Amino acid sequence: MELLCPAGNLPALKTAVDNGADAVYIGFKDDTNARHFAGLNFTDKKLDKAVDYVRSHNRHLHVAINTFAHPGKLERWERAVDRCADMGVDAAIISDVAVLDYATKKYPDLELHLSVQASATNVEAINFYTNNFNVSRVVLPRVLSIHQVKQLARNTDVELEVFAFGSLCIMAEGRCYLSSYLTGESPNTVGACSPAKYVRWEETEQGLESRLNGILIDRYQPEEKTGYPTLCKGRFNVDGKVFHALEEPTSLNTLALVPELAQANIAAVKIEGRQRSPAYTEQVTKVWRAALDRYRQDPERYQVEAAWNKQLDQLSEGTSTTLGAYHRDWQ
Amino acid sequence: MKYALGPILYYWPKQQVEDFYAAAMNSQADIIYLGETVCSKRRELKPKDWLGLAKEIADSGKQVVISTMALLEAPSEVNILRKYCENGDFIVEANDFGAINLLAEAKTPFVCGHALNVYNAQVLQLLVNKGMQRWVMPVELSRDWLVQLQEDSRILNIRDQFEIEVFAHGHLPLAYSARCFTARSENRAKDDCELCCINHANGKPVYSQDDKELFTINGIQTMSGYKYNLLNDVASMHDLVDVVRVSPLGDSAFQTLDQFKQAAEQDIKFDLQLDRECNGYWHQIAGLDTVSS
Repeated sequence: MELLCPAGNLPALKTAVDNGADAVYIGFKDDTNARHFAGLNFTDKKLDKAVDYVRSHNRHLHVAINTFAHPGKLERWERAVDRCADMGVDAAIISDVAVLDYATKKYPDLELHLSVQASATNVEAINFYTNNFNVSRVVLPRVLSIHQVKQLARNTDVELEVFAFGSLCIMAEGRCYLSSYLTGESPNTVGACSPAKYVRWEETEQGLESRLNGILIDRYQPEEKTGYPTLCKGRFNVDGKVFHALEEPTSLNTLALVPELAQANIAAVKIEGRQRSPAYTEQVTKVWRAALDRYRQDPERYQVEAAWNKQLDQLSEGTSTTLGAYHRDWQ
Repeated sequence: MKYALGPILYYWPKQQVEDFYAAAMNSQADIIYLGETVCSKRRELKPKDWLGLAKEIADSGKQVVISTMALLEAPSEVNILRKYCENGDFIVEANDFGAINLLAEAKTPFVCGHALNVYNAQVLQLLVNKGMQRWVMPVELSRDWLVQLQEDSRILNIRDQFEIEVFAHGHLPLAYSARCFTARSENRAKDDCELCCINHANGKPVYSQDDKELFTINGIQTMSGYKYNLLNDVASMHDLVDVVRVSPLGDSAFQTLDQFKQAAEQDIKFDLQLDRECNGYWHQIAGLDTVSS
């Protein structure tokens, strides 16, 4: 299984390579990229350096073009594909059908991966993309149970990539408009969820309040740990009870599933977090490299080391982790 | 302008569904969508019941469209989808690209539902070639977006090959998850949900801690807390939108259809309930905001 690590900038990319990533994924510095955050991502000049570094270390570089083209603006998404082809990146990760169509016709040799934002969760959806476009790998949304992942793997020839670690999207990716409902901006249209420019913190008599575009997402008592107000992870009132009605602030951690994923022939495990620091990339890459190497050397005796989980827990949102939808109990 | 009743997004007892469609046959709706689109465990009506109902409604002179699930995971769900795609009598609303694959193979004409990520005219061109007759715009998109997209589809020479439908009234479906939020709110596991969503005919409200009605949970679907209401915008839809969709909340849907028809034909303005209704998406601002007329 390939270890695929995130990089929001060149230092993170180098760190990922130096610590054992088989491949690194990045995005351009514009709204073709679903991690379109200030101070992140790659200009053409930086992309050149990224390609050089990855190539000189014999690793792979994937570029995410994973938002949906605006009407009248498809050209910007097409130019992003052109840049991938010109630079000779190893794969473009694409979500929009029109962009896939362009890439398939114009660059038959460019390896295309179906972005998680395209939300292909079943074998017929995968067939749609592989029948019509040059898609050789599908990134699965974080809504499937491990049983469903295995079923899919048995029923398709295309390579499958799964999310292994990082912030947990609890909605089918690419099909969540909660962010635009509250702020007008969504991952699909502007490449950001719960954008930082809408976040306000305010000390009040009832506690420290986090707001997104004026909407109260959570309220913290002094002893409570605060978290970024990603709107699906706030505490809300249902039936008169205030709780994390949609999801707690936790991260996905699938170290325990490595044997099952490997046996199911999963092609790659993906680490989330292009918006995180190089230090995050370094530590997650190290732990996952160690785990995958351990499994490869002695699959029968693979066990998750407590130290690995401890390290990952420290990097996690809310400092706790979950198997997410992979485990039925979560659902 | 044509008027459509969207599929019932909630879980209603069988009798209530049948009563609703008996009344719908005499409503202002030109097009009636029906079928389960949210959760495959909702089986008050089985596929043969939906298809039977479809036939009855079609005989009354309405156009019938079979709506299908938005989030398909299990092979059993895909098998039911296949059954609908190969039904032979009715066009089908696809809410997943898996459905489009099956519909294109079966050569069944289809409606591309609002749960599909179709954001530009080039995608529509590809779907027209696969048999798409109508496109329901994703709910987060605006009039401005649609104007530009329509312009592009004219340049591509496809505008006369499909209709444009806009979700214009009801709680907006905003997200789909593996998790059942209704079951979670009642401390039940999804596998042991006892179909508790049947007790919530219009979903369950989710409030912020300062009592703003933020979301509506409806099984695995998260919807807008406010009702989307484009009554005062329907006059701005002429020459742009072919079909206006009302998402049923109950028998009030028929009165809502009447109001839409009135608003479109006579340009009458209605007062929106500011703390219960919204129209922001149409005006390219936050969905829950309201632009008053």
